[in-house]
This record gives sequence, C-alpha cells and structure tokens, in this order.
Amino acid sequence: MNVQAWTFVIVGLSFALYIAIALWTRAKSTGEFYVAGAGVGPIVNGMATGADWMSAASFLSMAGMISVLGYDGSVYLMGWTGGYVLLALLLAPYLRKFGKFTVPDFVGDRYASQTARVVAVVCALFVSFTYVAGQMRGVGVVFSRFLEVDIDTGVWIGMGLVFFYAVLGGMKGITYTQVAQYCVLICAYLVPAIFISIQMTGHAVPQLGLGADLVGSTTPLLDKLDGLHAELGFAAYTEGSKARLDVLCMTLALMVGTAGLPHIIVRFYTVPSVRAARTSAGWALFFIALLYTTAPAVAVFARTNLLETVAGKEHATLPAWVANWERTGLIRFQDKNGDGRVQYVGDPAANELEVDRDIIVLANPEIAGLPDWVVGLVAAGGLAAALSTAAGLLLVVSSAISHDLLKRALMPSISEKGELVAARVAAAVAVVAAGYLGIHPPDYVAAVVAFAFGLAASSFFPVLVLGIFTRRMNAPGAIAGMLAGLGFTASYIVYFKFVAPDNNTAEHWWFGISPEGIGALGMALNFLVATLVAHLTPPPPEHVQRLIDRIRIPRGAGEAHELSA
Amino acid sequence: MSSSGPERERYWQRNLRLVALLLLVWFAVSFGAGILLVDVLDRVRIPGTGFKLGFWMAQQGSLVVFVVLIFVYARRMDRIERECGVDEERGRDEEGGA
Repeated sequence: MNVQAWTFVIVGLSFALYIAIALWTRAKSTGEFYVAGAGVGPIVNGMATGADWMSAASFLSMAGMISVLGYDGSVYLMGWTGGYVLLALLLAPYLRKFGKFTVPDFVGDRYASQTARVVAVVCALFVSFTYVAGQMRGVGVVFSRFLEVDIDTGVWIGMGLVFFYAVLGGMKGITYTQVAQYCVLICAYLVPAIFISIQMTGHAVPQLGLGADLVGSTTPLLDKLDGLHAELGFAAYTEGSKARLDVLCMTLALMVGTAGLPHIIVRFYTVPSVRAARTSAGWALFFIALLYTTAPAVAVFARTNLLETVAGKEHATLPAWVANWERTGLIRFQDKNGDGRVQYVGDPAANELEVDRDIIVLANPEIAGLPDWVVGLVAAGGLAAALSTAAGLLLVVSSAISHDLLKRALMPSISEKGELVAARVAAAVAVVAAGYLGIHPPDYVAAVVAFAFGLAASSFFPVLVLGIFTRRMNAPGAIAGMLAGLGFTASYIVYFKFVAPDNNTAEHWWFGISPEGIGALGMALNFLVATLVAHLTPPPPEHVQRLIDRIRIPRGAGEAHELSA
Repeated sequence: MSSSGPERERYWQRNLRLVALLLLVWFAVSFGAGILLVDVLDRVRIPGTGFKLGFWMAQQGSLVVFVVLIFVYARRMDRIERECGVDEERGRDEEGGA
C-alpha cells in the first residue's frame, strides 16, 4: 500500500469510530447536552480536556514554532501548560461547586447583573469563534495535503462530521469522541517521535533523547545543533533572542488566557464532584504534558535533520520530500547567488530557503524516512486534534446562545425541550459559520489568536478569581474591570496588528512588550480597576454573600445539578 | 450542619495558605528558573545529559512540576477537607437535598 492508501484507511477508520461513539451517546436533556449530566469520571474528563485543548496549533504548528524559535519557544510550552495550575487551584473546584452550565452563568449569578452576563456572553462568543475558524482551516490543510481533495472539500467533510456528533450528542457525545481523539492524536505524535529519537540518539524516550549524545559520537545533540546554528549565523538554539520581559509577559498572558478560556473551564462542570474537578485538572495536564514535553524533542530532531539535509547542499540532489513540499509552496527555494546550492543562513539578505513552520510535524516522518503508515497516522492525528477542539468550541457557542442569551436573558419561560432544540439549532448554525470562515479565512487568522488569549486573560480570568476570592467585589467593579482590561488589550493589539502593522517592532512596543504579551498588563489593569471601583460602590447584596459561602465549601456539590438539570 | 462557622473559616484559611505555597513553587520553576534566572542556570549542566539546566527547566522541568503541583493540591485538599469536616461525602447524608 502506498502513503495515500494508508492515509485513507487510517483516517477512514478513525472517522468511523467517532461516528459510532456519537450514535451511542446521544444527549436526551439539556444537562446532558451542556455538561454530559455531570457524570464524567476524572481520568476520562482529563483525557477529553486534553483533546479539547490540543488544537491544530498544538499538534501541527507548535513543534515547528519551537524549532524556529529555540529557547524562545518555551513561551508556548510553559504558557500553555502553566495555565492549568491556575485553573486547578483558583477556578475549577469552585466553578464545579457553583454547578451551573456555563461561564456567563457564573458571572451573571455571582455579580447579580444581566449586564455582566451579557458582556461575558459576548467575550465567550468572540473567543470561541476566533479559535474555531483556525481549526476548520487546519482540517482543510490536512485533507488537501494527504487525501488530495481540495481544501474547501476538506473543510466540508470536517464540518459534516463535527455537525453530526456535536449537534446530536452535545457535551456527552463530544466527551466520549474526544477520548477516542486523544488516543489517536497522542499515538500519532509519539510514534514518529520515538522512531526518530531511536534513529538519532538511540533512546526510545524522546524526552531523554533530547538530552543525549548523537548516535556514533560523544557530542550532545543540543550542542551539535547550537554549533550548526553558529556556523550558519542563526542565534544559538538554546539561548533565544527575545527580551526577557517580553518572554515573561507572553508566558503570563498565555497562562492566564488558558485558564480563562470558556471551552476549557466548562469541561470542569462535567465531573461528578469538587474532588473530581481537582484530580481531573491534574489528569488533563498529565495527558497534555505527554505531548508538550515531546514537542521540544521533535523540534530539535527536525531542526537538526533539516539543517544537515539541506544547508549548503546542491538543490538538484535534495531528497524527494523537499520537492513534494515545494510543490505545495510551503518550502520555497530561490537561488539568489546562482550557484545551485542551498544557502540556508541567518542573514535574511543571503538566505535562499523559506520553510513554513507548519510542515515540520507533517514532514517529519518523510524527513526521517519512516514507513508509509506513520504518515497516514500523523494525518489522522492532525484531524483528531482539529476536530476535537472545534467540537468543544462549538458547544460553547451553542450554549452561550441557547442557555445564556435565550433561557437566562431573553426567554426565561422556554421549556427544557425548547431549549434543547435551540441548543441544537445554534450548534448547527455555528458549524456552518465556522466552516464558512474556514473556506474564506480572514487573512489575519494568526493575528486573531493573540486576540483570543489576550481577551480571555484580560476579561474572564480576573472577574472569576475576584468573584471567588473576594467578598467585596461587586457588579460595577467587575464590569468596569472587564471593560478596562478588554479595551486596553484590544486597542493595543488592534493598533499593532491592523492599524499600524509597520510599527509592530520592539522599538515601538511599550516597555518592549509584544501584542502577544500585552494581555498580562491588561489583566493587571482589570484587577486594579475592578478593586478600585468595587471599593467606591456598595458591597454586593446578601444573597450574593451566601452564594460565595456556598461555592467556597465543597460540601453538597451533588445537588446543584439535580436542581437545575 | 455539622461544620460550624469557625471550622469553615479555618478550612478557608488553610486552603488559602496551601494555594499560596503551591503558586510560589509554580512561579519559581517557570518564571524564576525558566525565564529570569535562565542564563545563570544555563552554566550548569544536568549530569549525564547534554541539558543546560535553565533550558531544561523552561522546556521540560517546569511542565513536570506543574503536573505534580496539581496532584499535590488535590491530595492535600482531600485531607484538609476531611479534617475540617467539609468534605462532600459526609455532606451528602447530612445536608440531604439542601
């Protein structure tokens, strides 16, 4: 069998599995649709959270970004995992005890304010839509490269599948499909990494291979790579070149943003108890860290392989995979000095090769000469990562509309059945809208991702933490904080990304903080403004004080759902 | 209700102390070792490997510590809750459908 046949078989089997699971776990009530009836065990929920979290960006792009950025790539590794510590210690147990369905539910009830609820709904919708467009695009890219259908058809197929199991199964269907998708994506990530680690270092564990000597020499792999970088005029791989303050702010913004993402927070409403919410966060991070600690190893293996294969070699003698990717435009070679050799160097004026960072994971099995079925497996893994995240996000969109807007704000008298129908219709509309964005992507998809994290960091996180840990925080404080944080962060990002993209360099940034890291300042501003305004306005009413008492004490977590579901 | 006001207050204070301690570790391994002190730590190599300590903390070590922190938190909280009588199991019998 050739690569394409393997890919069809493996992707086909994985899709059949997802559909079977969807049919077997249909949601019958709003409780099942929004939070899987709050009956998901901590390990299962951890796995589902892992799949929910790890998107096309984690699976396809992250190792590639790290291999280009070297030490600076640590921002993503620490930023996208450290947030779970904040989530587990500061949010998950209390939100589970609160025990309703969504993040705007908590904001609306804790601050006893419809305005706060609506602001939260708008943030949730914006963050989730931004994210989901990128996922649909990822689905299209994988389809077009490996199954040779065009990108748009790929997006349609992906939409059809997500439509089927998200609309039918709601959170219950999504949870169990995500467990299957986690298994597919982690195998697809680890198998090639283990193969390559054995080839290059003789270690079967990539995390150890990263620190080992190259096979047949006594030079550590990392020193070898630093040496290659020095020879070619790139910054040293293990040192990085970003300013420390910017690295610090970006890491903090990503951590806090992660802890504030509604599609992740809502996963902790699905477990049966407060205890389960805590251990579940631990399992989620364990399953995520399996991939995240492998990524830097993959990055170093791929970088070293790439430099040794192409740098200074004659273009005509390069292996076939280079030509394959050149056809897709993701590797570009321009023979500036006309000597027929590939000058791949740090100086942009003399550099002749451009490698798109998104292909590192996809091309890795080919670069290392692994068997055809591994390539098929990687394609299935990329699809699993994109589809699972898309489904989780679509559920947030549908619950924000049917539950937070219709049931809690516009039509409080709607019946359970009516709400469930509305949730399914909203999910269906959201799938179509996401697909449309995937087929006609705005050119600024990458830029908007900074937005999603910046907004989550500067709006949700402070409001949630203050709502749990301070009794004094009231509605005017929370609303002022959200608007200040959001306004500040959004205008900084909009200015540098859209209004004056030419100015988007370190000299023009405030204190050298990039738009990706500004969410950290936005968050601080939110905390500050919220606290100040809260102390100038009356304290929250008696029933809110009782709510705070109730969420702080784990006792009696079981009942919340039985009352409302 | 078996857990009285002072017991709940004591539970909350112990919870806050534990969270503060764990967040201190969280900060030290990532922002401390992985970013602020990375150049100093990079002068040290982890024996038997090619890892510079700072680089390893930033790309591997802090992630491992994060996972451990959450499980430590979960275990300690179980104990604190039992000792202060606010854990979920007992609550279910006594508070019924409250």
